[in-house]
Amino acid sequence: MTAALEIEGVWKSFGSLDVLRGIDLTLAEHEVVCLIGASGSGKSTLLRCINLLEPIDAGRITVEGTAITDDRVDINRVRRGIGIVFQAFNLFPHMTVLDNVTLGPRKVLGRPSAQARTDALALLARFGLEEKALDYPDRLSGGQQQRVAIVRALAMQPVLLLLDEVTSALDPELVAEVLSVIRELAGAGMTMLIATHEMGFARDVANRICFLDEGRILEQGPPDQIFREPREERTRRFLQRIIEAGRL
Amino acid sequence: MLVAVVSSVVVFGVLGWLIVTSPGWESVKTSFLNGEVFAESLPLIVGAFVVNVELFVISEVLILTLGLVLAVLRGVPGPVFLPVRILATVYVDTFRALPGVLVIYILGFGIPGLGIAGIPVDPFIYAVLALTLIYSAYVSEVYRAGIDSVHPSQEAAARSLGLSRFQALRHVVLPQAVRRVIPPLLNDFIGLQKDTVLVSYIGVVEIFRQSQIRQAATFNFTPYVVTALVFLVVTIPLARLTDVLLARQGARRTTSRVPSAMPAADSL
Repeated sequence: MTAALEIEGVWKSFGSLDVLRGIDLTLAEHEVVCLIGASGSGKSTLLRCINLLEPIDAGRITVEGTAITDDRVDINRVRRGIGIVFQAFNLFPHMTVLDNVTLGPRKVLGRPSAQARTDALALLARFGLEEKALDYPDRLSGGQQQRVAIVRALAMQPVLLLLDEVTSALDPELVAEVLSVIRELAGAGMTMLIATHEMGFARDVANRICFLDEGRILEQGPPDQIFREPREERTRRFLQRIIEAGRL
Repeated sequence: MLVAVVSSVVVFGVLGWLIVTSPGWESVKTSFLNGEVFAESLPLIVGAFVVNVELFVISEVLILTLGLVLAVLRGVPGPVFLPVRILATVYVDTFRALPGVLVIYILGFGIPGLGIAGIPVDPFIYAVLALTLIYSAYVSEVYRAGIDSVHPSQEAAARSLGLSRFQALRHVVLPQAVRRVIPPLLNDFIGLQKDTVLVSYIGVVEIFRQSQIRQAATFNFTPYVVTALVFLVVTIPLARLTDVLLARQGARRTTSRVPSAMPAADSL
């Protein structure tokens, strides 16, 4: 069986700063992997590289058997199949919720407007957002905006969903509604790579946890092992700090 | 409220009194505010203003289009497009540097002067051409500022859905950019309306040329006052509208709940 996502020896630097220093990671289909690690450890950069928002300096990324980092690949075609949700939502403020969700299907997949609309409304209803369909994003709470952003990514029917600290910009009381959406997606079998600071959530939802440190995956394993008996000293110290901050 | 009324009455009263008691007031009144000349030149001057309206309406449509194209071309990324960016930049620099009157003169007299068969000789065409060249340079800078004001995360979000660079520009970046720069665009539109009088130099009989003709015929300056009034009537409402739009935009910006930028530390 081909892996949903295969990352081999990926390096990425910004100027003289090496942000990713040889990342190897494979996701099977329906697998949910959480990336944890301090700010600046390379989690977001890795996700942006997989979505080709950042060109990589070395290595190879393969999605469902297609080498997407190949020069000859059609970037726009690759991105259709890979959804990404950002920390700051990045909804389009000049469009209604419905237009935000249907833009990709209409302009990229060439769906007729009526069909895109029907599909979008069904998807919004699935996540309790049907009443917001005609509102503009600035009328929504942060949690609702982030759920819309997730729906917008799902409307493209991606084979892989990347979530980049999607709850970090939310007020604490709004975090749960977004996490429950992600749990539902995990339950439905969506392949996901999630960068997160929510350790309790990561332990719940992930099949596997990867600890990133200074641009490398220092250790990875099932949540129980990583959180209870991490092998690496740095992982232990990182988790200790999280516990001291009351986040686990 | 009372203080405002009293202070206004006093200030304007004193100003008015100073003017009407000045030693030259009687002669200025007869040469600039002659009722008879006013009544007889008003229809002619308003009639000539139609030419200015045609000038600035046709030019504005061309300016908004060309300005947008220039702004987009200056922002095309990639080494292959360096010549395009250079050309667009040279264009914008050139037409912002040249005094408008010079451009109008050079085009209005120079191009017909080439004597190429079939080339139009109507000065109106060169007037539109000159105004379009001058103002599209300014307007492209306004658009560019608007495009730059849209956070890169918006384009990233659009591209991440699979939209091409052009689609992202067309559906996500430009609609937001243009909305933000409508007030400064209106400002430039007001400038354009006033600058239409400059084309009188190349023989277009528009409002200013007509008032010169009336002035010469009547030996009286009242036609200029008529022209000034016409511009005030047309331009002031537009200026007020610009202010209202700006104020509304300012209010919206302070109440917006959309986070405009990602924290820099977490973007790694």
